[in-house]
Amino acid sequence: MDSETLAALGEPNRLRIIELLRAGPRPVNDIRCRLGLRQSQASQHLKVLKDVGLVEMEPRAQQRFYRLRAQPLKQLHKWLDRYRHIWEERFEQLDEIVEELKRKEKSDAAGKDR
Amino acid sequence: MQQARTGESTIRNETIVERTADRELVVTRTFDAPAHIVFDAWTKPELLKRWWAPKSFGVSLFECESDLRVGGNYRYAFGRDPRYPEVFSGRYVEVTSPSRLVLTQVYERMSDAGEAVVTATFEESQGRTRLTLHQLFPSKEALEGALASGMETGMRVTLDQLDALVVSMR
Repeated sequence: MDSETLAALGEPNRLRIIELLRAGPRPVNDIRCRLGLRQSQASQHLKVLKDVGLVEMEPRAQQRFYRLRAQPLKQLHKWLDRYRHIWEERFEQLDEIVEELKRKEKSDAAGKDR
Repeated sequence: MQQARTGESTIRNETIVERTADRELVVTRTFDAPAHIVFDAWTKPELLKRWWAPKSFGVSLFECESDLRVGGNYRYAFGRDPRYPEVFSGRYVEVTSPSRLVLTQVYERMSDAGEAVVTATFEESQGRTRLTLHQLFPSKEALEGALASGMETGMRVTLDQLDALVVSMR
């Protein structure tokens, strides 16, 4: 699920749609006009976002409104945060080793000078 | 170019994650030490064993074998339980101490997915070293396999963007 969500967000216009929908549900035409997309492009992007569960459609009067779904984004955020933490933690552990090697090198050099 | 930054203080060396191409992920970090020291820590098994596994995830690097020369093999076995290790292995394609290392990488649980190519460069400047780690995944499947392992992924959206989205939806 995560990689599909990532892939769905990977297209710049789809990310713009998501950002636009943060303010609240919008009708398809409004999304299309604000982002300068053709009807077919807008429909296609919205379909991809709907398929991975990032947005849902709700009919209101004669219009189709799209609304953001929080859950997949929250899951993705949690996952990416974990990814960042893995690297950060590795690098912090590596910092310690590097400091130790620096001290050792220094004391070895001092030993030679004596 | 898309970036994710750690929102930490500027005093700490920042870890930057970038997605530079469809299958490529780049992690960058500076260390307060000359390149030969960082290169050693990155290539010597007895040192790798001490930092490679993120401890708070409860995993350790049980085995680490490395034949550091062009064509030489390496193998990392890690996980929570040594009886059921996760294994990364591959061979060195280029070994230029202390500035550049290119290796292939197979996640054995997903070996059908093919090899990733990892390029690590160590650039020294005024006693500090900037490490750049390029990870090129062979395919979408391999990327998903890596994703399933919870250790690596391709990122197509910045963490900053996600931060903003998630915060705004609470």
